[in-house]
Amino acid sequence: MDYSAIFTYMYTEIALIGVTVAALLYDLIAGRRGRKYFHGIMCGVLLLFIGATVFPYHKETAEIFGGMYIYSPISGVVKSLLAIGTLLVFLQADKWLGQKDTEIKRGEFYVLTLSTLIGMDFMISAGHFMMFFIGLELASVPMACLVAFDKYKHNSAEAGAKFILSALFASGLMLYGISFLYGTTGTLYFDDMTAGIDGSALQILSLVFFFTGLGFKLSLVPFHLWTADTYEGAPTAVTSYLSVVSKAAAAFALMVILIKVFAPVVEYWQALLYIVIILSITIGNLFALRQKNLKRFMAFSSISQAGYIMLGVISGTPYGMTTLIFYVLVYMAANLAAFGVINTVEQNSGGKVGMDDYNGLYKTNPKLAVIMTLALFSLAGIPPFAGFFSKFFIFAAAFEQGFHVLVFIALINTVISLYYYLLIVKAMFINRNDAPVATFRSDGSTRISLLLCLAGIIILGLASCIFDGINLYTFGI
Amino acid sequence: MVQMEYYLIVSTIMMFVGIYGFLTRRNLLAMLISVELILNSVDINFVVFNRFLFPGQLEGFFFSLFAIGISAAETAVAIAIIINIYRNMRNIQVKNLNKLKW
Repeated sequence: MDYSAIFTYMYTEIALIGVTVAALLYDLIAGRRGRKYFHGIMCGVLLLFIGATVFPYHKETAEIFGGMYIYSPISGVVKSLLAIGTLLVFLQADKWLGQKDTEIKRGEFYVLTLSTLIGMDFMISAGHFMMFFIGLELASVPMACLVAFDKYKHNSAEAGAKFILSALFASGLMLYGISFLYGTTGTLYFDDMTAGIDGSALQILSLVFFFTGLGFKLSLVPFHLWTADTYEGAPTAVTSYLSVVSKAAAAFALMVILIKVFAPVVEYWQALLYIVIILSITIGNLFALRQKNLKRFMAFSSISQAGYIMLGVISGTPYGMTTLIFYVLVYMAANLAAFGVINTVEQNSGGKVGMDDYNGLYKTNPKLAVIMTLALFSLAGIPPFAGFFSKFFIFAAAFEQGFHVLVFIALINTVISLYYYLLIVKAMFINRNDAPVATFRSDGSTRISLLLCLAGIIILGLASCIFDGINLYTFGI
Repeated sequence: MVQMEYYLIVSTIMMFVGIYGFLTRRNLLAMLISVELILNSVDINFVVFNRFLFPGQLEGFFFSLFAIGISAAETAVAIAIIINIYRNMRNIQVKNLNKLKW
C-alpha cells in the first residue's frame, strides 16, 4: 500500500491529531505559570491550522484505506468551517476557563474539544459504516465530558447524565439499523451498499433506525427531548459548540449518506424528512415562545433552525448541498454571536441568563445589545443580514424540487420565529429595569470573536463570492 | 447446527427488553444496563449475519469488535458522570434530576 496517499489526503485529521497530542503534553508539563499562556497558544495554533487548511488542497475525490476514508473537496470545505467554529468557541471560552475552579482543567477543555473535532472530521469523510460510527462516537463521548465539565454544579452534572444516556440510546438504535443493513446487503461500504438496497420493509426499518442516530445529534423533533436540558445545564461555551459545530457536521454527514447510500429509496427518506422538518420547525418555534431562560430559548431556536437546515437535505441536489453549507456558515456566525453575548453577560454579571435580566441592557452595555440584536435579526432572516440570504437559498433549493407546501409552512414559521426573537430585542431596548446588568468591559478574546461574528453576519450575505465559492466544490458530491 | 432465526429471536428480545428497561427504570445504573443490552443485541446481530449469510468475509466480526470497544468507552464516561451525580446528590434516582425542565 502506498502510505504517501494517507498524508496527501488525510492532512486535516493528521494535523488535528498532532495539535491535540501536543496540547495534552503541554497540559502535563505546563504547570500554573504555563497555563496562563495556554489560551493564546491554542488560539494561535488553531488559527495557523485554519490558515493552512481553509481551502481544500486537492480538486479530485480520492479514496484511501481501501475506500474507508473518502476525501472530497467539499468535505474539506466543511472541515475548515468546523475548525473556524471551534476557534470562535475557544475565543469565547477564555473568561469562563479562567475562573478559579475551572482554571486547573483548562487544558482538558481544549483536548476534549479538539477530540470531538477529529471525530466529526472522520465522520464527514467516512466511506464505511464502521468509520462513520467511530467518528460519531468520537464526537459524542468527549462531548458528554464537556457537558459535565463544571462537575461541582448540579446543573452541569444533570445535563451530562441526560446527554450521555440519550446519546447511548440513540447510537444503540442506530447500530441496530446498521446491523440490518449489513444483513440485507452484505457490505458496510457506502458505495457497495447502494447496489444492495431494494426498498424491502427491513431496509426501510433500518433507514428509520439509522436516521435516529443522526437525528439525535441534530436534535430534530422526535429526538429533541435532551436538547433544552443539556443546553441549559452545560457551560455556555460548550452549549455554543454543541449547537453549532456538532450540528453542522451531523447535517453534512446525514446528507452525504442519504444521497449516497439510500439513493434507491429516495421517496421514503424524503417522506420521513418531510414530517420531521415540519415537526422540528413548528415545535421548536412554539416551545421557544414560552422560554424565560436564554439558553433554553436558544436551544429551542436551534431545534427549529435544524429543521431549516434539513430543507437543504431534502432537496438532495448539489445545489441543496451548497445551500446547506452556506446556511450552516451563516447560522454559525449568528448563533455564535448570540451565544458570545450570553456568555460574556453571564460571566461578568454572576451568572445571569434569564430573559428578565436582559431588560435595559442597551442602557448599560449598548454595544453588546446591538450585536445581540443583529445576531437575532440574522437568525430570523431580516433582509440586509446574512440570515435572509441563507434562508432564501435553502428555500429555493427545496422549492426547486417541488416541496411547495413544505416551504410555505417553513415561511409561516419564519414569521413566528421573528416574534420570539424580537421579544429579546424588546427586553434589551424597551423594557425598564431598576437594576440592569452593570456596565462591564468584556475580555479581549471575546471581543475579537464577537467582531468576527459580526463581520460574518454582515458580509457573508452581501459578498456573493462566498456562496459561489462553496458552489464550486459541490459538484458530484 | 442452530439455525440463524433462533439467534435473531434472542437478539430482538434483548433489543426490546433494553428499550423497555431504558424507558421504565428509575435508576441511572439500571438505565445504563438496559442500554448495554441494546448494544449487545447489535453485536449478536452482526456476528450472526456474518457467520450465516456472508461466511467468506470478516466485516461483521470487526464491526462487533469495534462496537464492543466503543460501548465500553461510552460506559466508562457514563459511569463517571453517574458517580459525579452521586457525589452531588448522594443518590442516583432519576426523580432527583429535576432541576432542568420545561
